Amino acid sequence: MPVLPNNRGSKSIAAAEPDIQEHDVDILLLGGGMGNCGAAVEAARWAAEHAPHLKILLVDRAAVERSGAVAQGLSAINTYLGRNSVEDYVRMVRTDLMQVLREDLVYDLGRHVDDSVHLFEDWGLPCKIRDGDRVLDGMQAKALGKSLRNGDEPVRSGRWQIMINGESFKRIVAEAANKALGRAGIMEHIYIVKLLTDARQDNRIAGAVGFSLRENRIHIFRAGAVVAACGGAVNLYRPRSSGEGMGRAWYPVWNAGTTYAVCAEAGAEMTMMESRFVPVRFKDGYGPVGAWFLLFKAKGVNSAGEDYVVRNQDLLRHWRERGYAGGRVVPSCLRNHLLLQEVREGRGPVYMDTPGALAGAFAGLDREQRRRLEEEAWEDFLDMCVAQAGLWAAMNVKPEEQASEIMPTEPYLLGSHSGCCGLWVSGPDEDWVPEEYKIRADNGKVYNRMSTVNGLFTCADGVGASGHKFSSGSHAEGRIVGKQLVRWCLDHKDHKPMPRETPEELKSLIYRPWRTFVDNRHASTDPAVNPRYISPKNFMLRLNKCMDEYGGGVSTLYACSGASLRAGLKILEMLEEDAEKLAARDLHELMRCWENRHRLRTAYLHLRHLEFRRETRYPGFCYRTDCPEPDDAEWKCFVNSRCDPATGKTVLFRKPCLRLIADE
Amino acid sequence: MPSYVDPSACTGCKTCMDICPNDLMLTDPDAGKAFNQEPEACWECYSCVKACPHGAVAVRAYADFAPLGGACVPVMSAGFIAWTVRFRNGESKHFRFPVRTTPEGSIKPLRGLPEPGNLDDSLLCTECSLPVPAAVSDEACGDGGPGGRR
Repeated sequence: MPVLPNNRGSKSIAAAEPDIQEHDVDILLLGGGMGNCGAAVEAARWAAEHAPHLKILLVDRAAVERSGAVAQGLSAINTYLGRNSVEDYVRMVRTDLMQVLREDLVYDLGRHVDDSVHLFEDWGLPCKIRDGDRVLDGMQAKALGKSLRNGDEPVRSGRWQIMINGESFKRIVAEAANKALGRAGIMEHIYIVKLLTDARQDNRIAGAVGFSLRENRIHIFRAGAVVAACGGAVNLYRPRSSGEGMGRAWYPVWNAGTTYAVCAEAGAEMTMMESRFVPVRFKDGYGPVGAWFLLFKAKGVNSAGEDYVVRNQDLLRHWRERGYAGGRVVPSCLRNHLLLQEVREGRGPVYMDTPGALAGAFAGLDREQRRRLEEEAWEDFLDMCVAQAGLWAAMNVKPEEQASEIMPTEPYLLGSHSGCCGLWVSGPDEDWVPEEYKIRADNGKVYNRMSTVNGLFTCADGVGASGHKFSSGSHAEGRIVGKQLVRWCLDHKDHKPMPRETPEELKSLIYRPWRTFVDNRHASTDPAVNPRYISPKNFMLRLNKCMDEYGGGVSTLYACSGASLRAGLKILEMLEEDAEKLAARDLHELMRCWENRHRLRTAYLHLRHLEFRRETRYPGFCYRTDCPEPDDAEWKCFVNSRCDPATGKTVLFRKPCLRLIADE
Repeated sequence: MPSYVDPSACTGCKTCMDICPNDLMLTDPDAGKAFNQEPEACWECYSCVKACPHGAVAVRAYADFAPLGGACVPVMSAGFIAWTVRFRNGESKHFRFPVRTTPEGSIKPLRGLPEPGNLDDSLLCTECSLPVPAAVSDEACGDGGPGGRR
């Protein structure tokens, strides 16, 4: 029988008038991913020694055990220096990021990162060890008393990457954070909406506000020191998938740009928001290609079986002549550039030649060794991207017989992979760090990884101009921040944070989408189609379409121009106005409303920064068709921006990029 | 591949609801069964599948690109995960990988490592020394190029 959609009720937890709970803490960690799990452990340890009275609270939108980018697991740790020098690490990142990077931050990360990996191993993460010709899995290695910490040889899939049995990676790291903070130190299933700034001191953090996803309750957190580490930004751009597969983003679909949006809104200076990452992955399932390219030495080939890297050497030479892609590293964006040439010129589909790779890898191996190798290939997917294993199963793919298609995905914004958007933060308080890279706080001191807002820190995907951290580097950077938080609190003992807004004001702001729904629901028989409001789903689809068509998404093969970006910004203006009319029927939709506001602000910053940088620095990730070459004289520098919280206006400007590590 | 729930096995215990990173799994209190409230937002991270104590949550491949008939079925046990990968053509593969070398709940973060020292230096609590880059001269920095030095 037909039933009015209005009478069907919503599937989720009903929204109702919320109550308010207020919390006073010293250190507030927003987000429970690798970064803040590191911050939790380190801050707890320094606090126990120097300031046991400090109250530390971590707030996560989900369960820390399975939250963030590592929720599903990982098959590799992509940053482990081992015998490599920190200087070489900086050189590799410099080449990959097309020479615009904060070398102080990258160097600092490189000298701490192995320590976090050793902690993971101590805590129970199985790390594979090479024992002569044999590969020991993490369990076998431990039984034989072998470990990375003892200096035994890791199983390298590349110069910087090591293989792990990492299905439970996040659970292990989360357990350490849970133990460090205790039951009272973690609150889960709370979505953070905005940061709170101080009423009595300009440019000073005072806390954050969010709401429960389980009951009708607003949570107001007052804190002297805050770390915003809520991941990167996914689903700004229309994805290649059109239905259920929209959830199969390469980066976790729950990363909604919250880090960038809430910090920018609070007045934090942002950097490199034009930077994006477009990974090449197995088509549709978005399974990892690193092990195939690096470990199995597979080639990417066009439909005629030609290696696209070899075929397009001229394109690479063009960039090498301009001083890029030197040394052993071909930057990720340029590798995409070479692949895209095949697509542009109609020689696709492009494939990963898995049969060729396995034939080579299997040569000279006995049956048992082959079985182990095949197992490694499947574990790569099953540890971190089960969807790809499922797709191969659904399509009867035998990788030894049949090549699989690869494809660059839709663009993602992040700061921890081969992309580097985020906050402009202070470098370490050390003599070798140039003054340009230090941010002096209200007391004249320098706090590593503090933003330009006093007391507001970030790490992992939040720190801009410093990519290639991955899981281990994100954790290590969180630990750097963890120590600074304790120092900050001890240096600001007498400060009492006081947010500008009253609790009632915050409550009505956060629940406004529900109010909008209640006030206007009777204008239509169908809650999905109502002229007075917009659902979060439709809002996201509108954003996705605009970004795709005008901001260099997949439909233009990542091409945009000053004119298209300005046209896109026009559309975002009206979307911003309509954001006031977002409507939520239940708590799940309320979360989606706020996610999309965060996406919108992140997308706006991305387009503004792209429009400002009049050159093409990252071909393969993004092309400015009106200025298709790099312009070092004008643009070998950072593009930064700051939103004035009083007026809401965002101003863009350049900052110098200094070279601290000499060439080889 | 959105998760789905087998009603004959689900007890409505809410484990999947607690663990889903994207707030997708819900329990209907009257029916005492769980469901995925937004399949098109499912990352297929398998957190719910792995956590379900009754094996009631599974995954059906994303309908907009995957043919029917494949499946990946995990079973977690102490220290290991076992996978069955079932192909559309009826073939299957079985794998077993380690996931953890220590008992669950046994982590004592940072115990037995050096005591933390000076809050004003750059050493983390487990570190005793740190490298610094070779002296950075103003010359090496240059004038900073575009954007200029202060």
